[in-house]
Amino acid sequence: MTALPQTTAKKLGLVIDLDTCVGCQACATSCKEWNTQGYSAPLADEDTRGADPHGPWLNRIHGYEIEDTNGKDSRVVHFPRSCLHCETPACVTVCPTGASYKRAEDGIVLVNPDTCIGCKLCSWACPYGAREYDVQEGVMKKCTLCVDRIYNENFEPEDRQPACVKACPTGARHFGDLGDENSAVSQLVKERGGFDLLPEMGYKPTNKYLPPRAKRDTPQAGIEALPKGDGSAMDRLFKLADRLLSGN
Amino acid sequence: MASEPAVARSPKTWDEIKTTTCYMCACRCGIKVYLKDGTVTYIDGNRDHPVNKGVICGKGAAGIKQHYSPGRLSKPLIRVGERGSGEFREIEWEEALQTATSWLSDVRKSDPKKLAFFTGRDQSQGLTGWWATQFGTPNYAAHGGFCSVNMAAAGLYTFGGSFWEFGEPDWKHTKYFLLFGVAEDHGSNPIKAGLGKLKKRGAKFVSINPIKTGYSAIADEWVGVRPGTDGLFVGAIIHELLNAGQIDGDYLNRYTNSPWLVIDNKGAADHGLFARDENGDTLVWDAHKKAPVSSTDHNAARALMGRFTLPDGRNVATSFQLIAERYLAPENAPDAVTERCGVPADTIRRIAAELAHVAFKETVTLDVPWTDFTGRRHEKMIGRPVAMHAMRGISAHANGFQTCRAIHLLQIMLGTIDTPGGFRYKAPYPRPIPPHIKPTGKPDQIWPGEPLPGPPLGFVTGPEDLLLSAEGKPQRIDKAYSWDAPIAAHGMMHMVITNAANRDPYGIDVLFMYMANMSWNSAMNIPDTLKHLTAKDETTGDYVIPKIIYSDAYASEMVHYADLILPDTTYLERWDCISLLDRPISEADGPADSIRQPVVEPERDVRAFQTVLLDLGARLKLPGMMTPEGNARYPGGYPDYIVNHERAPGVGPLAGFRGADGTQSGKGAPNPNQLQAYIDNGCHWFYELPDEQKYFKHVNKAYLEWATGFGLIGKPEPIIHQLYCEPLQKFRLAAEGHGAIQPPDGHRARIIEAFDPIPFWYPPFEGERIDEKSFPMHAVTQRPMAMYHAWGSQNSWLRQILGRNWLYIAKGRAHALGIVDGDWVTVTSHHGQIKGQAKLMNGVNPDTVWTWNAIGKRSGTWGLKKDAPEAKQGFLLNHLISDLLPEREGGYRFSNSDPVTGQAAWYDLRVRVEKASDQSNISSPQFPTLKNLGVGQ
Amino acid sequence: MNPAYSVIFFTTASGAGYGLLALLGLTAASLGQSASLAFVIVSMIIALGLITAGLLSSTLHLGHPERAWRALSQWKTSWLSREGVAAIITYPFALAFGVTWSGLYPAHHAIAPLGLITALLSFSTVFTTGKIYASLKTIRAWHQPLTVPVYLFFALASGASLFLALSAFFMRDSGSVATVTPLSLIALALLKYLYWRAIDRAPRDRTMGDATGLGPNVRQWEVPHTTKNFVQREMGFVVARRHAKRLRGLFYILLLVAVLLELLAITIPLVSILAFCIVFISAWVERWLFFAQGEHIVTLFYGNAQA
Repeated sequence: MTALPQTTAKKLGLVIDLDTCVGCQACATSCKEWNTQGYSAPLADEDTRGADPHGPWLNRIHGYEIEDTNGKDSRVVHFPRSCLHCETPACVTVCPTGASYKRAEDGIVLVNPDTCIGCKLCSWACPYGAREYDVQEGVMKKCTLCVDRIYNENFEPEDRQPACVKACPTGARHFGDLGDENSAVSQLVKERGGFDLLPEMGYKPTNKYLPPRAKRDTPQAGIEALPKGDGSAMDRLFKLADRLLSGN
Repeated sequence: MASEPAVARSPKTWDEIKTTTCYMCACRCGIKVYLKDGTVTYIDGNRDHPVNKGVICGKGAAGIKQHYSPGRLSKPLIRVGERGSGEFREIEWEEALQTATSWLSDVRKSDPKKLAFFTGRDQSQGLTGWWATQFGTPNYAAHGGFCSVNMAAAGLYTFGGSFWEFGEPDWKHTKYFLLFGVAEDHGSNPIKAGLGKLKKRGAKFVSINPIKTGYSAIADEWVGVRPGTDGLFVGAIIHELLNAGQIDGDYLNRYTNSPWLVIDNKGAADHGLFARDENGDTLVWDAHKKAPVSSTDHNAARALMGRFTLPDGRNVATSFQLIAERYLAPENAPDAVTERCGVPADTIRRIAAELAHVAFKETVTLDVPWTDFTGRRHEKMIGRPVAMHAMRGISAHANGFQTCRAIHLLQIMLGTIDTPGGFRYKAPYPRPIPPHIKPTGKPDQIWPGEPLPGPPLGFVTGPEDLLLSAEGKPQRIDKAYSWDAPIAAHGMMHMVITNAANRDPYGIDVLFMYMANMSWNSAMNIPDTLKHLTAKDETTGDYVIPKIIYSDAYASEMVHYADLILPDTTYLERWDCISLLDRPISEADGPADSIRQPVVEPERDVRAFQTVLLDLGARLKLPGMMTPEGNARYPGGYPDYIVNHERAPGVGPLAGFRGADGTQSGKGAPNPNQLQAYIDNGCHWFYELPDEQKYFKHVNKAYLEWATGFGLIGKPEPIIHQLYCEPLQKFRLAAEGHGAIQPPDGHRARIIEAFDPIPFWYPPFEGERIDEKSFPMHAVTQRPMAMYHAWGSQNSWLRQILGRNWLYIAKGRAHALGIVDGDWVTVTSHHGQIKGQAKLMNGVNPDTVWTWNAIGKRSGTWGLKKDAPEAKQGFLLNHLISDLLPEREGGYRFSNSDPVTGQAAWYDLRVRVEKASDQSNISSPQFPTLKNLGVGQ
Repeated sequence: MNPAYSVIFFTTASGAGYGLLALLGLTAASLGQSASLAFVIVSMIIALGLITAGLLSSTLHLGHPERAWRALSQWKTSWLSREGVAAIITYPFALAFGVTWSGLYPAHHAIAPLGLITALLSFSTVFTTGKIYASLKTIRAWHQPLTVPVYLFFALASGASLFLALSAFFMRDSGSVATVTPLSLIALALLKYLYWRAIDRAPRDRTMGDATGLGPNVRQWEVPHTTKNFVQREMGFVVARRHAKRLRGLFYILLLVAVLLELLAITIPLVSILAFCIVFISAWVERWLFFAQGEHIVTLFYGNAQA
């Protein structure tokens, strides 16, 4: 099982737009609530009312700040991070039991909770921090790309998408087949210069990130500056008022 | 290789899905609640719902943990120890209701205004306001006074609509969007979805905000304005546009009071009022006739600018003439304001040029003919695709009313309001300016055992509408509608406890509150608030606030300071209506309302507050709450009321599915099956306006006629924007010594300054009254996107995300102060000192520090363990904020509020930040741990 | 990486056990005759006891120890699985070797081949253990050529010093192991020196900017959750540089003392028991540092500027 499929029929994954994400945590809590009753159920928390509340989350939102070189301006980037469903993931090949596997059908990387022994080695092998161990359940948890939603015929077709994508209020998350270059997500990646995280690691992430766009806080071509104050403002306004009287 | 394990493709993890309305913040999205064996397992956005269209936010998706919170109350409680001791006895509901009835009945029989009834983050103000009216007390309000009243009032007195969730940018068409400040718990998902649309279309988004996180983080341009100076920035843009003549003169002339003639008669009683003819019509100057004519004369050649002399010899000027003179003055030029507001003059000039370019050269044209109120047909709808939205960054300042008016002035000068691409009204707006409801509570309107003749809250238009005693003192406990805050249209909940404890203007007998944590994160000056709540009368030994009844679903800090606790349900256990009579969820494309239905039954001994209120009303025999036979009028509780109550004939809380057969909208007889009809429709109702009515609603003949028939407005008359606000001038004239009702001498200067009929900027009071050198920094809060005040920060999932807060400070400033990342720092105001941990960042105005709002909790509350990080590392800025301003000459202490509307000035706070000598890993102040009253796991 | 004591105990104990087992096998193979029953039984029990205790300890950190058998299935791809398989295969050969060498089952001709096979399997198992760590690209300090040799030499050195201690206890001639032991300790010190030099010299050239794709000037502003999560607890462990330096010094001193004691043991054999104890302590120090200095690349997402 931990041998990777030669190819997968589809490469399902997410495209996350860092230029649109406002860091609202909708994807994080939607993920938590779906998966604590879905395929990964439960996502058991520890010390929920105490000093150290924590538990497995399959999607976490980081906040980064980019300082520009002159140190004056800066940019805050909200950065959702979850499993990237790599094409050649080491988390799968290191698994001693075969509980971790990549599906030939759609490329989703899953953990079989019935055979995982909880050795945590897969979490060591993942550079992206995508795998979180569930202490109470004794197995590894990770993003399933909502494998129990995307084909689920109990949902309307438009709801057959990962909980995080369905939730995202700004539309910063996109789901689709990145193996199909004509898919909407592939087109988006192409248009916006979507990038891989840590490509040099060689795991070929399926998920892509769209970079923040350039700011628009400098004079733009085609927009004329307004005239400087020259004491004739009142005259201009009176002329404007007169034009109104003449009907145009 | 073994084959892959089989994964179920279509698992069904639920056995039932019910729709209802979210209450994880004030946004009120439609949700689908998944249930398995009667347990809530998943909450999803409802795709058919007008507000959220299927999405859900970080709060909404954590609703399960709200519903099953160990911090919930489980049984009515009566206090048996001292206030704050946490000594309560569990009682049955009958005892609780009898106790409340006896307390309230005594008040009503003697002096109904000695009940102060304030309802916090209430989404049922249609009911609670009516209940207060029937009880006969004017001392009623919800939390609007410490939320957004100055902006609500600024809008309603200017263009008959408002920012906040009462209108929205035309997300579909706007090409340039300016956002001033953020209040993430209002319009939460619609704004996010809207920003997503702008991003998709490549429209430019400019955020004016001292802090560059959240929405501001994705803005195409961030303007890191200094807190409280947005008005300077806006004024300078207006200056630039006027200077360049870049205004929509046609819009101004036709749809605003710009051409109306204002009397220039300095010192006289009519100075600054509109000149009127014998019919009381305001006048415009007909440039062809060279004479004044009625402003209702649509064929007149209206002069937009100019100074004229009336036939009676009085000098007049057009409103716009006065506005132009004001804003063209050199003090409004970019170079004059740049230092104070922290925005480079070139940036102001560039943004002004961009606004002009988009408004006038990139117009949006819809091929939709429409007819304006004069009967003039327009073949197309031509829009100026500049939209603005403003929220707490404007409202939480003592100059917020005038600043907000300035923003409206800017929008209107550009001709954008309710045009394609501009800021759009949502029903029931636009309404007459201001709405035709006056506040009730004058001395001759309050009688023992009698209801008020009208609602407690309304809109004053002159000193004669104020609620003053015979001695000219405030009639209301919160001093709303007095000379302290004449246009306090939402009351001033933040002043109630202080005033009641000081018996200023008088003492009360019962304080009855709902869902507002007034002993903690909703209070300014927490230590003194706790003193007020526990203060005893030296002679009688009784508490100065003798009886406190409080209803909440959770074991909040406030519960400990009440005498009788009425435990409320969670939002998934209750009926509610999101009504057009209250804070509706309408869309710009048409009116909408919705309901909550109980999706699960409470397993605790709790009751919905609204049902309890109706029960109390019947026990108190309040008019409208009992039948002529003396039985309860709404024995079925709140759902009974929602269906059967009529405010006016045919007008009830819900506008949809009215009439016996459920086919009428707006007006119609009660429909006994109305709630089921809502449930069948996903718990909401929406009517989409025809295309010809979707824009220019304030002057759109077809819309105005429809709205009249529907019951939204009284008459199909145009809603002419009031750039020049005459009611303000009336207050000012009184302060200058005219008329029968005049402010006390100590108030005169303040009224004269603040009640300017033309928007202007003045420094926030706290900055003005204290030594800026001693307190050089501004301190503000932001609502975390995943939290709604103290409710959200107790949530077992959300508190993992943000279980404590830090004080964010600009990197450069921190270095100058010798503060590094992770240092504990003291923050000192003129009022107090706190200690919190610093975090450095770049994206914040250098003169500003900020933190997340309402994370800090008192140890032992909300079903959290006593060493929770919220209590031990979390902190509140509230301790630093005084509810009263420093003494003025004469010793009078005004509330720390906007002088026009009484809006709490949370963000005027000035502080000094220093590295703490005590670097221990604990915030201060720390308060004694309270007893856990929550139901537990 | 979090230095979990169960894993440190597993690798050090089983390392010593496999080292001892290998040396027993090699000794037997070279001598080709059965040894004293008491020595063989005691040393085999100690060797297999250390191995078994180590393996059991390693299952303690599993979430589902009862499923541990499943770990034998993925030997084609997983070094952890291979380790399990190698460990399991070693047992029957080791037992057969012990039985024949002790003379309990008289099969003299089988001692040498069984001894050799046992030795080979023992080193193979240690090799797979080393490979588990060395193959993780996410941890630069582990993913480099000296990781496996260090594991092997630690097994050899600790096994050898244990062999000497046992020989001394049984007043038995330790043969060439007496020479091998100090040499292996010196070699280990040298290897470890080279290893540490290598990881110190290796540029920490992966940055937060690389991880996030947000460029060279990115820094963490807000943590995703305000309390630490599994990833931070498991992989976010950081040891102070100064502390690590001190521990390295301690490691060298312990090895030096061990070498001197082993030399002293040539004249006073029982000193080798003390020497083994010191070698075992040095193994703990080394292994703790191995984990603590294993900087995981995921820390780049959690505020670490470079890794």
